[in-house]
Amino acid sequence: MSASTHTYTARRFTPERGTWGKLMARDSIVRRLDWILLLAALALSAIGTVLVYSATRNRTELNQGDPYYFLIRHAMNTGIGLVLAVGTIWLGHRTLRGAVPVLYALSVLLVLAVLTPLGSTINGAHAWIVIGGGFSLQPSEFAKITIILGMAMLLAARVDAGDRVNPDHRTVVQALGLAALPIAVVLLMPDLGSVMVMAVIVLAVLLSSGASNRWIVGLIGAAVVGAVLVWQLGVLDQYQIDRFAAFANPALDPAGVGYNTNQARIAIGSGGLTGKGLFHGTQTTGQFVPEQQTDFVFTVAGEELGFLGAGLIIVLLGVVLWRACRIARDTTELYGTVVAAGIIAWFAFQAFENIGMTLGIMPVAGLPLPFVSYGGSSMFAVWIAVGLLQSIRVQRPVSA
Amino acid sequence: MSNIPETGRTPRVTTRLVAIQIIVFSLLLTLGGRLWYLQIRNGDEYTAEAANNHVQQVVHPAVRGSILDARGVPLADNETRLVVSASRTELMKMKDNGKAVLTRLAGVLNMKPKDVLDKVRLCDAKTPQPCWNGSPYQPIPITDEASPKQALQIREREEDFPGISAEPTAVRRYASPGDANAAQVLGYLSPVTDEEIKKAEDSRSPLLRSDQVGRNGLERQYDDELRGKAGVTRYEVDNLGRVIGQAESQRAQPGANVVTSIDARVQAVAEKELDQAMKDARKEMDRNTGRRYEADAGAVVVMEAKTGRVVAMASNPTYDPNAWVGGISGKDYKKLTGKKSNYPLLNRAIQGQAAPGSIFKVVSSTAAVNAGYPFDGSYNCSSSFNIGSQVFKNFESKGYGPISLGRALEVSCDTVFYDLAYKQWQKDGGNKPKKHPADWFYKTAHQFGLGKETGVDLPNEVTGRIPDRQWKKDYWKANKNAWCKYGKKDGDYGRRIAYENCLEGMKMRAGDSVNYSIGQGDTLVTPIQMATIYAALSNGGTLYDPTIGKAIISADGKKVQEIKPKSHGKLPMTQQTRSKIDKALAGVATRGTAAWRFGGWPQDKIPMHAKTGTAEVYGKQTTSWFATYTKDYAIVMTISQGGTGSGASGPAVRNIYNALYGVDAKGNIDNKKALLPKPQAKLPKIDSDGSIEAQPLGKPIQVVGRRETQQ
Repeated sequence: MSASTHTYTARRFTPERGTWGKLMARDSIVRRLDWILLLAALALSAIGTVLVYSATRNRTELNQGDPYYFLIRHAMNTGIGLVLAVGTIWLGHRTLRGAVPVLYALSVLLVLAVLTPLGSTINGAHAWIVIGGGFSLQPSEFAKITIILGMAMLLAARVDAGDRVNPDHRTVVQALGLAALPIAVVLLMPDLGSVMVMAVIVLAVLLSSGASNRWIVGLIGAAVVGAVLVWQLGVLDQYQIDRFAAFANPALDPAGVGYNTNQARIAIGSGGLTGKGLFHGTQTTGQFVPEQQTDFVFTVAGEELGFLGAGLIIVLLGVVLWRACRIARDTTELYGTVVAAGIIAWFAFQAFENIGMTLGIMPVAGLPLPFVSYGGSSMFAVWIAVGLLQSIRVQRPVSA
Repeated sequence: MSNIPETGRTPRVTTRLVAIQIIVFSLLLTLGGRLWYLQIRNGDEYTAEAANNHVQQVVHPAVRGSILDARGVPLADNETRLVVSASRTELMKMKDNGKAVLTRLAGVLNMKPKDVLDKVRLCDAKTPQPCWNGSPYQPIPITDEASPKQALQIREREEDFPGISAEPTAVRRYASPGDANAAQVLGYLSPVTDEEIKKAEDSRSPLLRSDQVGRNGLERQYDDELRGKAGVTRYEVDNLGRVIGQAESQRAQPGANVVTSIDARVQAVAEKELDQAMKDARKEMDRNTGRRYEADAGAVVVMEAKTGRVVAMASNPTYDPNAWVGGISGKDYKKLTGKKSNYPLLNRAIQGQAAPGSIFKVVSSTAAVNAGYPFDGSYNCSSSFNIGSQVFKNFESKGYGPISLGRALEVSCDTVFYDLAYKQWQKDGGNKPKKHPADWFYKTAHQFGLGKETGVDLPNEVTGRIPDRQWKKDYWKANKNAWCKYGKKDGDYGRRIAYENCLEGMKMRAGDSVNYSIGQGDTLVTPIQMATIYAALSNGGTLYDPTIGKAIISADGKKVQEIKPKSHGKLPMTQQTRSKIDKALAGVATRGTAAWRFGGWPQDKIPMHAKTGTAEVYGKQTTSWFATYTKDYAIVMTISQGGTGSGASGPAVRNIYNALYGVDAKGNIDNKKALLPKPQAKLPKIDSDGSIEAQPLGKPIQVVGRRETQQ
């Protein structure tokens, strides 16, 4: 009897229990994860799945006759994103720090590949590599991560080693050079939205690294001069100029360029407090707003879920950013702080630009709403970023 | 989480992290604020805009009500034609915008592919006809003359003809039952114009782009009732116009049927008789001009004497109202409105006006009596009447010596009335009129309802004219410049008249009054006015508003709105005077000017009353008038440039009476042959499904040419 009990016990508490116990232990990775951040991000992706479904269920020309086509894919993208996040946590940002040069080189190559015949133009931006089978890759999304990681690596190296209090000018120049290469390529695509995000990332990374104020001021000045030059030198395509013109005065051409922004505003405005109900948005079902499953997904929330639903998305984004700010503040290493700050700037600016354009307070630029918009590359990139944030949190020295 | 680690960061980094945090959250706050502004503050505005975005109407036209005769026989109804139409929204979904489908369709319909493609394009400033002028969400008709075989081909091969429908559709038809075309009475339809849509926007019955509206006759008069209410389905559509949902649907309400007092059989007889009378007149030689009579236009009204209801109304020249169905061709339109065809669209029974001639004498007799001359007094019927150097001849009769007013009516003695009118003119001050002249002859005419509309339920009735003092003044003011320019003291007749008019055209001259008393000169009346007056003489003195519409019956037959006879006054005479005039007019038919036309008439059974009129028109041949009545009906006929009253119009009117009462040439009455010995009082029978039963038309009455000549 006792023997059998022993056998039973032995079987019951061997390996599985060991792993589970380890995971659930007081100082385990699972326990130390920022669950609020994770749940907020998951909630955003879940809302995104519903909104994407609502925007595409009737669009037979896009969903190939399957109303759930985009719903399934968005959920799959979220799943893959989660796996990538777990992988990132598992590897740890410190481990990744060593691989940064390789990752950087890889992403720059991918970005460059877009300029070769491999690249495709979607919605005026030559920013895609079509893989086939309905999949396509937007390398600039991953370039955002490698710019953050690469710059952080350079800027934090000597500080974290205890050599210096703040990064020196040479390091800053190197870091800027590192960022400049992919940014220049993305500008050539031209994927202006991504360039803007990257510029904000660079600024935030420099800020958080403790680089000299002169660099910060100089960089902002350079950005302004650059913008003026870009405008004057005709680097921009007509459609980009039109988008800005329509932003400045949406009534300018309500049937043309201003149409999209106007329809987007009508969609959101007509939602009222509680919205028209999921799947009941007339603007959405009527496809009056373009790119509604991707760049203009927020209009679906605004119309069908109203102020409460759309506000929830902003609140959830606020939760993600709040947790990210805490992670940036709480980590002991500058590397972690800088990476987190870069991610914060990325998420915050991209969300502001994306929602702002649907609300008519920002010019139209082709940027997805993090977690919510349909799109594999963007989804993967933001979840890798979540993985990085979690990794920074769990890998901080436990016993201090 | 319990122990927050010490960080090795510099204060600079910490400060900057705080700054980043502040910036991030102010951005989010901005978004939240803007979201509130759009959704809560201005939400209503955007809701309205969103609603406008999507709703498109599709109109299901209401079936137009029928116009029926008194016995339920349709004069205007709808026939079902196979209409092939294309749905533009469906076609636009196709890769080639439906070109292949339309080309295939053209093959089936034996049309040119280009014609079919042109029909479905939308009209704009640059697109010439044919093009579609209606809503792009409306099915666009390609043809309304598809054969059943073609329709079947289209419907059986639905997969080959997506977006194409072949549906039986109601199209207006003017049936001309028993050859009663009644074109001017019925009127016609044509597509609604932009202005009309705008005008009707806020009215009780707003118009739709696809509507046809009545343009004339009963179609116009009873347009609101006949048209019904089109059904509208509001579809929600997407930005490309594709239907994504149905917002609301309103079924079409078919228009009401209008039952008229017209009897198709009598109408047919009246039309044929009028036409025959005019043809016959054209064979007659006019001794005054030395030419055959032109008989260029004519009209006849058959009215129920006791109600003012119109049993038949014909106007000649006429046309086929079906020319308007499905859009009139440019050629047809030109023909109908051209001078060469003498304006067949005019309904001369209510729009033709001419001097009445002697049929006006019932007015003059009444005026004389009202002025104090006894009806049975003795008045000298001389062969001519002089005012200064002017000689007024007895036109239709010779001298009869002293006679009563009644006899003056019978023999149509002009000089009796000349004399009475002249005396009255003198009493009123002559060339220096009193401040308040009695003007008995003019006053009485107005009391008879002349010089204004009778109120018949047809559009554009004209008033005619009583040339009283006021009119003379107004007319002179309007024309004196032309007269004074053209007039010459010793020019030809026209110039002399103009000269005279220039000098004293504002004045009521003795000659004017004298001429007026026998219905000549500037006096103008319409046939419907005279029919109203003669009907009133028959019915005891009530001047009824003539009506053609008798009842409006809703499409389901449940609501019947009768149109009751209305009067616009009483004849200004005592019953005594009326019965004396009545007797005199019977005398006209038996021994007076119309007697030769009523030879053998069963006067004892159906007392006939008549008055002839032959009006002179300067520069034209005489106008023939014939006004008659029995106790049931009044019939007035006129033929422009047709000759004398009894000569040109007499036989036709007699034949109409023959048909009504079943009287044969010998004066025997055969009630079986009588079309309508008593006016149709009852409305036709309405079946439970709302349809109205039509009674059989019977054999059409043959009309033959008459060879009789004037005495």
